[in-house]
Amino acid sequence: MTEITTTYREAVRGAIREAMQKDERVFLMGEDVGRYGGCYAVSMGLLEEFGEDRIRDTPLSESAFTGAGIGAAMGGMRPIVEVMTVNFSLLALDQIMNTAATFRHMSGGQFNVPVVIRMATGAGKQLAAQHSHSLEGWFAHIPGIRVVAPATLEDARGMLWTALEDPDPVLIFENALLYNRQGTLAADAGPVDLDRAAVRREGDQVTLVTYGGSLFKALDAAEALAGDGISAEVIDLRTLRPLDDATIIASVRKTRRAVIVDEGWRSGSLAAEISARIMEQAFWELDAPVCRVCSAEVPIPYPKHLEDAAIPQVPGIVQAARATLGK
Amino acid sequence: MALFKMPSLGADMEAGTLVEWLVGEGETVRRGDIIAVVETQKGAIEIEVFKNGTVSQLLLQPGETVPVGTPMAEIDGGAAGEPAPAAPAPERAARLSAKPAEPERPVATAPPPPRAKAGERVPASPAARRLAAEKGVNLAALKGSGPGGAIVSADVLAAEQPAKLGAAPSRRGLDMDEMRKAIAAAMARSKREIPHYYLQHSIDLEAATTWLAEANAERTPPERLLMAALFVKATALALKQYPEFNGHFVDGRMERSESVHLGVAVAIRGGGLIAPAIHDADTLDVGSLMAALKDVTARMRAGRVRSSELTDPTATFSSLGDRGVEGLWGVIYPPQVALVGFGKVLSRPAVINDQVVPRPQVQVSLSGDHRANDGHRGALLLNAIDKLLQSPEAL
Amino acid sequence: MTTAERPARAVVSRSHILELLTQMVRIRRFEEKCAELYTQEKIRGFLHLYIGEEAVATGVMQALTPEDAVVATYREHGHAIARGIPMTKIMAEMYGKQEGCSQGRGGSMHIFDADTRFYGGNAIVGGGLPLAIGLALADKMQKRSRVTACFFGEGAAAEGEFHESLNLASLWKLPVLFVCENNLYAMGTALDRSEAETDIHKKAEGYRIASRAVDGMNVVEVEGAAREAVAAIHETAQPHFLECRTYRFRPHSMFDPQLYRTKEEVEAARGHGPIKRLLDWGSETGFIHPSDLEAIEIAVAQEVDAAVAFAEAGTWEPVKDLIRDVVAAPAEAWR
Repeated sequence: MTEITTTYREAVRGAIREAMQKDERVFLMGEDVGRYGGCYAVSMGLLEEFGEDRIRDTPLSESAFTGAGIGAAMGGMRPIVEVMTVNFSLLALDQIMNTAATFRHMSGGQFNVPVVIRMATGAGKQLAAQHSHSLEGWFAHIPGIRVVAPATLEDARGMLWTALEDPDPVLIFENALLYNRQGTLAADAGPVDLDRAAVRREGDQVTLVTYGGSLFKALDAAEALAGDGISAEVIDLRTLRPLDDATIIASVRKTRRAVIVDEGWRSGSLAAEISARIMEQAFWELDAPVCRVCSAEVPIPYPKHLEDAAIPQVPGIVQAARATLGK
Repeated sequence: MALFKMPSLGADMEAGTLVEWLVGEGETVRRGDIIAVVETQKGAIEIEVFKNGTVSQLLLQPGETVPVGTPMAEIDGGAAGEPAPAAPAPERAARLSAKPAEPERPVATAPPPPRAKAGERVPASPAARRLAAEKGVNLAALKGSGPGGAIVSADVLAAEQPAKLGAAPSRRGLDMDEMRKAIAAAMARSKREIPHYYLQHSIDLEAATTWLAEANAERTPPERLLMAALFVKATALALKQYPEFNGHFVDGRMERSESVHLGVAVAIRGGGLIAPAIHDADTLDVGSLMAALKDVTARMRAGRVRSSELTDPTATFSSLGDRGVEGLWGVIYPPQVALVGFGKVLSRPAVINDQVVPRPQVQVSLSGDHRANDGHRGALLLNAIDKLLQSPEAL
Repeated sequence: MTTAERPARAVVSRSHILELLTQMVRIRRFEEKCAELYTQEKIRGFLHLYIGEEAVATGVMQALTPEDAVVATYREHGHAIARGIPMTKIMAEMYGKQEGCSQGRGGSMHIFDADTRFYGGNAIVGGGLPLAIGLALADKMQKRSRVTACFFGEGAAAEGEFHESLNLASLWKLPVLFVCENNLYAMGTALDRSEAETDIHKKAEGYRIASRAVDGMNVVEVEGAAREAVAAIHETAQPHFLECRTYRFRPHSMFDPQLYRTKEEVEAARGHGPIKRLLDWGSETGFIHPSDLEAIEIAVAQEVDAAVAFAEAGTWEPVKDLIRDVVAAPAEAWR
């Protein structure tokens, strides 16, 4: 099997292009996706290939164009709505929560909303408080939508098609720091499943549960721990709603210790939800309280050293893992 | 005739206050007419009637606040002027009368119990593990009482106790140390606060023994009656007759009890003493009383007390006859005011018709609280017990 | 239907006028029955009545075909009835019974019907506009000549979505008929206390959308304007905007003491209500005969009674099916 060296960005672009080639109902809509080539250059070149109708630049009207994507999906299209970042999604929250997430239920199953909404997320570029949110945990709170966070190239390449085929709304969160990340990908990489978490590294002393941009920090932490003789298992959630309890619990049953790494703020975070589930389902197997490594309770600050201190980092993950072992 | 009820005007409206009627009795109303003004938390709202008719009676006065759904007026229907629908009102009511099924209440689903596979480690709570480690208890040897059979702290503690008390199974419900402390406190208080006086009496049990033998001849062993049952019944009946011995002395005054809940003293292995109530002992027939005595004794010895049994006794009965003593002078259990004690049934010489003959006899004693009763009445009480035991068939 | 089959003007004939009258009476009596049932706690939650505004839904629906789409608000019972959703299913939905059009899951504010392309029943003011332009966008991209009619109150003109949606519809040339039902009050706030520019249809002009204001109490005028607008949408492939000036005779919802307007104002409006206006005009012109109304009332009363009976006899959805229709195939993890 041939492999190519590529980036996360290119993997996402490849996914969009393939979807649009395979299904003429698919189109991309969002701010600066066309002429500008995409805020993160994801859709660079697609306007020339597919035209203005299908690579559709929108005015700065998050609520209207997200709602339009929802309506177009209900009208038979397969739109990919790109909200530039999760920070601007709050303007579209009403449409996401009160229309996309609720229509199937409110109509008694008569209507479904097969819309895909992609958003960049995460902190780390010194973009300060209003441009550094990680709200995927918030969205994972809402019944009626699926929330996914591709971290690897395979997932960046393969989740989009599966999401487009899903009859219900899917929110795809792409951590902005991953776009440049390089790696190898099978040349014929295709769609992947959505609902399973993946064990990215096997171990038997402590389980590190994470997703998205934090995956690589967790893997680095696992490597560091191995140097210390501590065997850590790393689980990539991949899908934040629904959570793959089975994979998480099987791992915790084996290792008896868990550390959850989540870039959302600690209070009321997705990590809190996972911790509760581990408590409910694996209480008797635990040898230590579940530990969480999350963002500090502060709007993300601008200066580098403070931003770094505010979000999860490898040393913090290593320290948390060691603490569960009483070291 | 239809009832006009306080309407619901909103999800959070629970009641309304009638401000004024806009119609009077005898007036005709048409569908859509505003007939009253009702004050709610949002302000005054005019309410309309949905049927034509004549107001026959106003049931509510201005100023009254009633819950939604309360009848406010009676309206006789059928007045002319309505664009008449084909189906008349009573028919419609009949069709709609079948009330739809109530939605079922949701059932909370319990979390799944942990699966303990053979050969794997035993499910045990963190607290239990810590305790086990501290006390050197082997978890694997324990049976868990927690969810799904998991071992919890109490199981570890119970396993530890054999080393201290020398009794194999843990006794649920009764802690010997605690009980001795409680008895000590109660008896000390009793002697401190209650001015005891004591009376003694001998009772001839010829009639009772004869009757008992006859009654038991017809009974299977499990049903056989003991003399103690007759003693308890006679005591209970006598207490009913002399209520100054039946009740509690509280806050400086005697509160007599209508019912006779006779506390029966039961000794427990390990040195405990407990006197749970047999409720309404005066109303039970001797057979039921016997069964109650057996049940109470068995349960007390197994440690399964009910709290009402400990707080309800209105007087206490104690028998040390099977311990072999002739009589006892009991200490009253506060806040009770009397304790009746029986000794061993012995064959003693008695003088009957100037002859000395052996007769079964028992010594009965009364310990009384002189604040609530006195020797004169006490003597009557004991004599009443005597008299009752002379007609055992009537017990 | 071709353009030729869609007349661009109101049809003025006895049968058509009676049809208009019937629809308005059907809506009126249904709403009155709902009010009665609400006071008896058969209908719960919020209830927003369309009484006084019947001409708008009735008139506009005449201009639409079954292939067109309708997006409405929480005051949508009249629209649902005029669109052709059976009264039985609407009433059962109001009761919360599973025989209702949304299986009882939505209630008064969330009437949906796939058969008639009725997209609710939207309870967020302004929330339906983006949805409507999306439906229109899909039609345009798939080259279908369908119109999406979007109903909303004048209160929505204050929401950002109103402006975003009008702008997008105009920019992308989407086949949307925006119908603003201006009943002068957004719940308890009068229009002139919330809008610097109270001529709503002028705002549409700011987005280069052809717009017009009509007397919303005149069902013939409303129908005429709607037919013209729909024809124009097909011809020019541009959205259109209709401001229908109307008035609601009842409070915003059932629990509203109407502290914000006078009784005299309401009474005066009742004197010029849509049904009365049509009856007056109909008798003057001879289109409506004296016995017509009675016959209509009898038939409508029967239909309403049947709807109530249907709802009363309806059944409650089992609680064990609670987590249903949230997503298509729930994974175990949903629970």
